[in-house]
Amino acid sequence: MKRMIKPSIPEHSDDPRVTVTLTVNGEAVSRTVSVRMLLSDFLRHELGLTGTHVGCEHGVCGCCTVHIDGKAGRSCLTLAVQANGADIRTIESVADADGALHPVQQAFKECHALQCGFCTPGMVMNIVNRFDEPGPLDLTDDGIRDMLSGNLCRCTGYINIIAAVRRAAELMGRA
Amino acid sequence: MSTRSFGARIERNIDPKLLRGEGAFVDDIPLANPLHVAFLRSPHARARITSIDVTAAKARPGVVAVYTCDDIGPLDMTMPLLIPHPSMKNPQTQRPLARGEVHYVGQTIAMVVAVDRYTAEDGAGLIDVEFEPLPVEMDMAKALKDGAPLVHATVPNNLAAHLVQVSGAPDDAFARAEHVTRITVQVDRSTAAPMECRAVAARWDAVAGELTVWDGTQAPISVRGGLASIFGLDEDKVRVIAPDVGGGFGQKVLLFYPDELLVPMAAIQLGRPVKYIEDRRENFLGSSQERTQIHSIELAAMKNGEVIGLRDSFLHDTGAFIPYGIAVAQVASTSIAGPYRIPNIWVEFKAVYTPTVQVTPYRGCGRPQACFALERAMDQLAEELGLDRFDVRRRNLVGEHQFPYEREGLLFADGLKVTLDSGQYDKALTMAAEALGAKDFAAAQAKARSEGKYLGLGLACYVEGTGLGPYEGGHVRVHPITGKVYVNTGLSTQGQGHDTVFAQIVADQMGVKPEDVIVVEGDTKAFDWGVATFASRAAVVSGNAIHKAAITVRKKTIVAAANMLEVTEDEIELRDSAAWVKGSNRFVPLAAIATASNPLRYAFNEAAQAATQFAPASRHDGPPLADGEAPGLEATEYYSPSASTWAYGVHGAIVEVDPDLCKVTIKKYICVHDCGNMINPTIVEGQVMGGIAQGIGGALYERLDYQPDGNLANASLMDFLVPYATEIPPVSVLHLETPTPLNPLGVKGVGEAGCIAVGAVVASGVEDALKSFGKIKFHHVPLTPTMISDALESVGR
Repeated sequence: MKRMIKPSIPEHSDDPRVTVTLTVNGEAVSRTVSVRMLLSDFLRHELGLTGTHVGCEHGVCGCCTVHIDGKAGRSCLTLAVQANGADIRTIESVADADGALHPVQQAFKECHALQCGFCTPGMVMNIVNRFDEPGPLDLTDDGIRDMLSGNLCRCTGYINIIAAVRRAAELMGRA
Repeated sequence: MSTRSFGARIERNIDPKLLRGEGAFVDDIPLANPLHVAFLRSPHARARITSIDVTAAKARPGVVAVYTCDDIGPLDMTMPLLIPHPSMKNPQTQRPLARGEVHYVGQTIAMVVAVDRYTAEDGAGLIDVEFEPLPVEMDMAKALKDGAPLVHATVPNNLAAHLVQVSGAPDDAFARAEHVTRITVQVDRSTAAPMECRAVAARWDAVAGELTVWDGTQAPISVRGGLASIFGLDEDKVRVIAPDVGGGFGQKVLLFYPDELLVPMAAIQLGRPVKYIEDRRENFLGSSQERTQIHSIELAAMKNGEVIGLRDSFLHDTGAFIPYGIAVAQVASTSIAGPYRIPNIWVEFKAVYTPTVQVTPYRGCGRPQACFALERAMDQLAEELGLDRFDVRRRNLVGEHQFPYEREGLLFADGLKVTLDSGQYDKALTMAAEALGAKDFAAAQAKARSEGKYLGLGLACYVEGTGLGPYEGGHVRVHPITGKVYVNTGLSTQGQGHDTVFAQIVADQMGVKPEDVIVVEGDTKAFDWGVATFASRAAVVSGNAIHKAAITVRKKTIVAAANMLEVTEDEIELRDSAAWVKGSNRFVPLAAIATASNPLRYAFNEAAQAATQFAPASRHDGPPLADGEAPGLEATEYYSPSASTWAYGVHGAIVEVDPDLCKVTIKKYICVHDCGNMINPTIVEGQVMGGIAQGIGGALYERLDYQPDGNLANASLMDFLVPYATEIPPVSVLHLETPTPLNPLGVKGVGEAGCIAVGAVVASGVEDALKSFGKIKFHHVPLTPTMISDALESVGR
């Protein structure tokens, strides 16, 4: 193919930029980004932590769920600049450093609670957060359904995910 | 082999990666300095475009390029008609960017490339387009009338296709029928809504002259062929990779979506990687949809419930374009008699252009509509004849001794007459009745009613033609270093667990653990003969091709091992990743056999060194590779099905309806299904349960709400109600395994099985629950609270 003159391409737009400093998975990070960059894009494309997925960008599907200061939250409804100073935890921190799965992840594997795996990190982050909370877990079918009610899955029909939550509780001695 | 992998509930190989967040979906692929794409889409359903001004968009800092149809050279063309059929008159297909007019809200008009997606969207918002809006008609029946507004000026009456198929002598059957039941039913428009929207990224390597495209597609080989052809590149210089794909359900195979061509074009022109990540709103507006059909169905019956004839005439909404030809309507029309003998059939459809995004197969592909029409009619027939719903069905089911059961005159999507190949239909119905507690249900229903509760039993049977041809291939190779078995096929996966089920097939032949079988698919550099993932065909077509290849490699392995161990082939068995002399402790590892089967080898590792302790793997005189011999343990085989293989099932539910809130609660849902031999029952159940959840969405919640002006009022997950866990009841999946005689593995497809019958089951159950109020009929899904309220009002409640 004929070589053409390379177009002149700017580095970035003229959006105002701001330096965002926060802790992600225990590590302090600082990046200068557009003021309107979403936290999901910041994690995925500035930090390269692409395990956090984006399914709707309007806060309904839950794929982008991360922990923000210890609470499960939607990274697609949060601006990176809003997370300045926050402590963020993503799916990449859930398994052990050697790759050994967290009990919630192990339970998903045992129960065939994932198919395409796109919603899975958000599901896992939501469930891990609920398990992190002190106090008893409601492990009735309805209780687990309620626990999962912020995350859409289009592949599994949820039944195996409900089973996985119960299995995770067993594995963690919370049943 | 001690343990058979085929048929075992084995955990999936792919899961740890996906669970750790290490999946590689298109937008996760790290690209150096990518540019980002946004599209300007039409706000009108029908309009002439009188001018497009991109000056302000181009001036926006950060915008790199803006393309309209005038800027895309040879890509300014109509897309291919994928499946031609003589029933279509002047078939219309889509263009990458609108030229002169638009045909639906959401149609792409211009593409903006910018340094980030935010800026690209800014740019799209700054494009000034002048439209002259044109009138539209959203109602199919009205759109067919003379004088109705046209979706395409060149297509009179908006009639895209018209087809009549006849089996037997339906007029005679209706003439001698003792009873005729007639109903009209409707299934509304829905969408696949995969959790990952569509996505395309492209990188052009000017030095190598190579184009690499990551496309969340179900059909990477076809996309590669199209790109090579359109860009004038050698096929070998175009690599298309479908990496991890977040669900597809049919939506991710079109050939071509605008972005699939325009993103690679921009990457070539701009010399930078370019990506387009569809957002959710765009997925609702711009990616294919399916379902709206209106059926007028008649059953000609005898008083005892035997159905001797069927007439069905239906309208099929094909959207503004018909790239897939009549596929959806054809599958609906040929599935119309379900699992019943019904020997005399007349089925007609008219496919109608509407000013909406194109209709292409969505999981089910016309079958849910056909099932809804037939099963609602069977319920109606039972009621009119005063017979039990189970009994009417049982009287008509194809018997076990009647297979293969042919429907002369009905041509399925493979171009062959419908031939139900095997099954135990009657047994499935019996199992469903038992699982539902049908015998005792009337008493339970009466008791509940005395307590003020309204319970109903819903029932529906379905068949599903699966495993469509023409062919797929399988490549199997034993790696000489690790002894692991590598497998390739031309399909791609969107979560179906191919990497595990294909591994199970190979593991049994090669005597290895499934986790030591590495399946690589969805990459044209790995394997580039084949078709795609659709029509519940992967396990059937690729599965059998891989099976054949594994048998060939097994034979080669045994010959080589027999030579190395200096015994006869009969004395060799393969297990534990090695070839053993039966009844002894003498063995040679697979890695060593693979190494010894290569005339040039270096002693990289122990396996290679071990290989030298044995006799040669090949016994012959002459050069190291004998004439006709190939190095290594490797084979490629192909499988081409002689015909589709028909899976089937029976679904049932117990529902409760609150007549005050008009709320439906599914108390219990059961599914008896038969997809032939199951490779992995856990994965089969996953497919079925996922399909049922989608079916529940279609039965109760999911309806694309097109307004009279053609605007889609609910283009978000906030307003289009995909079920959460809170909407899905407990589901029991019961298996029958009747092997098909049509392929060596005896397998049938299962991908679409779950979703087909659900609408019919739910409507049947709700109707049964409310029958004490009077003649209330539910012939339209999704079945909304408003419909229930209107129905109750109509009988004076």
